[in-house]
Amino acid sequence: MLLSFLPFYPLISFLLIILLKKQLSWWQTSVLSVGAMLLCAITSLVLFNALNQAPDGVITSHLWRWFSLSDGDSFVSVNFSFYLDALSAVMICVVSCVGFLIHLFAAVYMKEDENFGRFMAYMNLFIVAMLILVLADNLVLLYLGWEGVGLCSFLLIGFWYQEKANVLAARKAFIVTRIGDTSMAIGLFMLFNALGSVNIVDVSELASAQWQLGNNDAYWICLLLLGGAVGKSAQLPLQTWLPDAMAGPTPVSALIHAATMVTAGVYLIARMNGLFILSPQVMNYVAWIGAITLLLAGISALVQTDIKRVLAYSTMSQIGYMMLGLGAGAWSAGIFHLMTHAFFKALLFLTAGAVIYALHHQQNVFKMGGVLKRLPFESSLFIIGLICLMALPGTSGFFSKEAIIGQLWSSATAGQALWWCAILGAFLTSVYSCRLFFIAFLGQERFSHPVTNLSNKGLKASLITLALLSLVGGFLVPDLSGVFVNTTQGVNNVVEPKWLHSVAIATPIVGIVFSWFYFSQYRSAEPNIYQQAQLKENQNPIVRYCFSGLGFDHLYELVFIKPFVFIARLNKRDVVDQCIMSITWYVGLWRDILVYSQNGLMRWYAAAFAIGLVCFIGGWLL
Amino acid sequence: MTAIPLEHVLILACILFSIGFFGVIVRKNTLFMLMSLEVMLNAVGVAFIGAGSVWQQADGQVMFVLILTLAAAEVAVGLALLIRLQQRFKSLDIDCLSQLKG
Repeated sequence: MLLSFLPFYPLISFLLIILLKKQLSWWQTSVLSVGAMLLCAITSLVLFNALNQAPDGVITSHLWRWFSLSDGDSFVSVNFSFYLDALSAVMICVVSCVGFLIHLFAAVYMKEDENFGRFMAYMNLFIVAMLILVLADNLVLLYLGWEGVGLCSFLLIGFWYQEKANVLAARKAFIVTRIGDTSMAIGLFMLFNALGSVNIVDVSELASAQWQLGNNDAYWICLLLLGGAVGKSAQLPLQTWLPDAMAGPTPVSALIHAATMVTAGVYLIARMNGLFILSPQVMNYVAWIGAITLLLAGISALVQTDIKRVLAYSTMSQIGYMMLGLGAGAWSAGIFHLMTHAFFKALLFLTAGAVIYALHHQQNVFKMGGVLKRLPFESSLFIIGLICLMALPGTSGFFSKEAIIGQLWSSATAGQALWWCAILGAFLTSVYSCRLFFIAFLGQERFSHPVTNLSNKGLKASLITLALLSLVGGFLVPDLSGVFVNTTQGVNNVVEPKWLHSVAIATPIVGIVFSWFYFSQYRSAEPNIYQQAQLKENQNPIVRYCFSGLGFDHLYELVFIKPFVFIARLNKRDVVDQCIMSITWYVGLWRDILVYSQNGLMRWYAAAFAIGLVCFIGGWLL
Repeated sequence: MTAIPLEHVLILACILFSIGFFGVIVRKNTLFMLMSLEVMLNAVGVAFIGAGSVWQQADGQVMFVLILTLAAAEVAVGLALLIRLQQRFKSLDIDCLSQLKG
């Protein structure tokens, strides 16, 4: 019963705010939107507890029948109903708890913005769509939520629409994810065609009953669904939108582009695990996509100058880890990493937002410096976020990342090469985290304005809660054994070397030690070193190549956009359009003839009358 | 008295009708158009009378009286319109009345 209310709290708040935007004061808007999120968070936690007492570990709630699909002679109804099991319970808790904290932060952070009401309304709408996505009991409803979060992402990236760059970033995000969504939609059609059902539980059961391992249908459907997941989660071929999406307000980056929406692809694959294990080939692709993305993103993050772009690339790389885990069959570990990542990445983004705010919207790390001394509170929280990101022992990131890495070596769909990729990725993670920290937080101040401290209690409370969650999140291991089918069948009997885990644990520390010496100049106190360093980086072609996200934007521009624009130019007078216009030309011709005959001259009418009569009688006589 | 053959009567009627019709089409002056209309009506009247006398029936005469009445009524309306036309456009040109053109 409680379950059916969950997405409606933010929906009501969204409607109220969007309708009464002008009348509501800052205080009323904040209470509405944040209050709705608080209700959501409490409900989610209650539901999470209630799940333990539920008979099969599942709570369902049927709201209404949406529409029915005809499958030959029988009808399959697509319902508006929710399905809560351990997996979706973890997701709703992450979405609504992290969502609540970010809403709380955003209410303070965006206070001065003139479109504050619109902002909070969109944020609430995003939560509605995300909850529908996560709770959907069939794939069509999931797709509704999927498109809903895409829409909100578009609206919020382009929130400050007066600036062209933001609008372009929003458009890019929308179009690039649309490619993935199209692939996913085709996958859904094929799935319905093959199995005659869209219900998630039924699909998994039918698939495992009807299809053998490595079935061709399963292969294509999984590949197409993977396309959707790749688009939404900013993985290898479609990753280019995420760094640009940082044009949006910082709470948006935290909520949508770090903690929740971008992990929707991971959720989709985990949700459809019954299908994916039927096609080990695709599982292997998933693992490779994750591994390559995490390396690419790690390399790009090494040279970024914008603090938010560093975090964006690190998000891509962490989602790469989740994909890698899913591909290796480490389902629980992947979802566990999703949860801990949501905590510490939200923390990182929000503290970065607080620092950026304090420094008058300065996002360039080379123009920060010495922030640790000036903003000790924010800085210490940022350090907590970073050590979770680097996965130092004891933090939440450590537990989840090690859980993924530990299963790679002996997995049938992953293997040793991917294990080494993950280790290299962990090394890169700690190097770029250290570089960011050294440049921005140590050294001498390089900003001229005095800092403006955010000393709001709500803001501090949300940051501290997130920091606590990041630290102890590793002990909140969700029990997902009921959701995921036992994958031990896919485990190779490889003898794991003894040094395996010690290497994985030691890597981030090696990374820190390495960067301590390699980036030693950044720790020093002389400001002109930074200018030289930045100049040197700008001139180095390899650095510039990495800075542009390994040239993918350029590549796509060359391969897709240029030919497309060329063809569009060539076909300026649209051929199809011309065909359609010929119909109007024909109609127009007859119109002209009739207009000419309707000349208003009596005598012409009389003549026409006579001619008609003559023709008529002549025809009759003959 | 030799009876006039029906063919001659009908030929005369046709000639008169054509002259009248030609007048209606060609003349721009509304007054002359009305007069041409009278010619057409009378051409039809001649045909009726001729046919009535050939078949020795009174119907032809009756029809002519009716046509005559119709012609009187038509001229009455036509002349009234004519006067309005003259008042409005200061001209009797029928082509002035072409506001309904497409």
